[in-house]
Amino acid sequence: MTCTAEGVVSALRAAVAVVIAHRDELVRLDREIGDGDHGENMRRGFTALLSRLDSEPPATPGSALKLVATTLISTVGGAAGPLYGTAFLRAASAVGDATALDGPAVAKALRGALDGVVARGKAEVGDKTMVDALTPAVAAAEAAGDDMVAVLVAAADAADAGAESTVPLVARKGRASYLGERSADHLDPGARSTALLLRAFADAAQSDERAQR
Amino acid sequence: MRPVDEPKVGLVVVSHSEMLASGIAELAAQMAPHVAVLPVGGTPDGGLGTDYESVCGALVGADSGAGVVVLYDLGSAKMTAEMAVESADDAARYAVVDAPLVEGAVAAAVAAQGGARLRDVAAAAEGASGEAPVRASAAPARRSLHLVTDPVSVEIELNNDVGLHARPAALLARTVAELDADVVVRYGESEASAASVLALMGLGAPGGGSVEVIATGKDAREAVRRIEELAERGFDD
Repeated sequence: MTCTAEGVVSALRAAVAVVIAHRDELVRLDREIGDGDHGENMRRGFTALLSRLDSEPPATPGSALKLVATTLISTVGGAAGPLYGTAFLRAASAVGDATALDGPAVAKALRGALDGVVARGKAEVGDKTMVDALTPAVAAAEAAGDDMVAVLVAAADAADAGAESTVPLVARKGRASYLGERSADHLDPGARSTALLLRAFADAAQSDERAQR
Repeated sequence: MRPVDEPKVGLVVVSHSEMLASGIAELAAQMAPHVAVLPVGGTPDGGLGTDYESVCGALVGADSGAGVVVLYDLGSAKMTAEMAVESADDAARYAVVDAPLVEGAVAAAVAAQGGARLRDVAAAAEGASGEAPVRASAAPARRSLHLVTDPVSVEIELNNDVGLHARPAALLARTVAELDADVVVRYGESEASAASVLALMGLGAPGGGSVEVIATGKDAREAVRRIEELAERGFDD
């Protein structure tokens, strides 16, 4: 199975719902070790995305990803804006004009997203950021073969584990780094939102696949 | 000397807080009346954060032809500034500078007021953190470049009330900024480059005290003359 523009849009709608449902959780996580705005910033960005998906339906997977990027960059207001914005922008470049994405194309998009986040935020694995969720997700996606759904599920599973791995870490990047040792024993909100998004994409792809059987 | 009507480098101050950005811009502009210093802070709905569109707008607004130096407060302000610069038509016109925000903005504004180019304004901001005056005994290697001209030096009395405090220091820096001269001000055991307002202030030279001005370079005599004149006027206090 491959993923067309329609599939990407339905995955994005699922992501909007997940972000809204987890707004309070992300706010709570960010209050513990950051400035507390991550949940609300993400909700604002993805709510804006929902109305743009309605008003400017994208024709290709790449243009859908680009729409996410420009919307998040201009509406989020916190670090998630430039970081997710750059991630989706690089993912859009990686898939180009393709009309449908197979497993390797999705993996390539995720690789582009990771490269973009690292270039923008200069974080490495172990810094207690979204990079800790995205890096293992990309590795798992690249090893998952040709099936698009399998690639997304592998990425989501690895991102969940990667996000969990941030709990004992002391933050070295972002607002939490100002807390030093006190940032340990908390789940990183950026890693959590990355894992939530990838899980939403995987769940949407699985339910699309079931619907087509 | 450079023509005085050349466009000056502009400044954009990006902060999470509208009040913080505005306050810093106010402080920096006080020392640089002809420099565009634009604050950008907060989200459009009045919250804390940085707004990409507003930063893009400020980059254009602050550019009078000589480019813009962009200063930021915290992580996402930097990332937003970098994205805005990358998406600009001519990214080379903008420099996002890692500098202490308050001192960097003041130092950059004064450098821009003196007609410094983009690279030098950026350097003035970047150098604003380590600008404690150096001990005179630590011979500044930089001046050896000017061995071809004899240094001109003069003792100057600070016959104003506040000495080389913020405004007089800014006036002194500004009065020699456009000259082709390397000017050092010495107070007791310490000395500071006249190119740096903060270093001059750091000398702590009080009203009633006296400092030694040492100038080298083509316009050395003119630099000393101007500083003498400024001091005679009591720094216009």
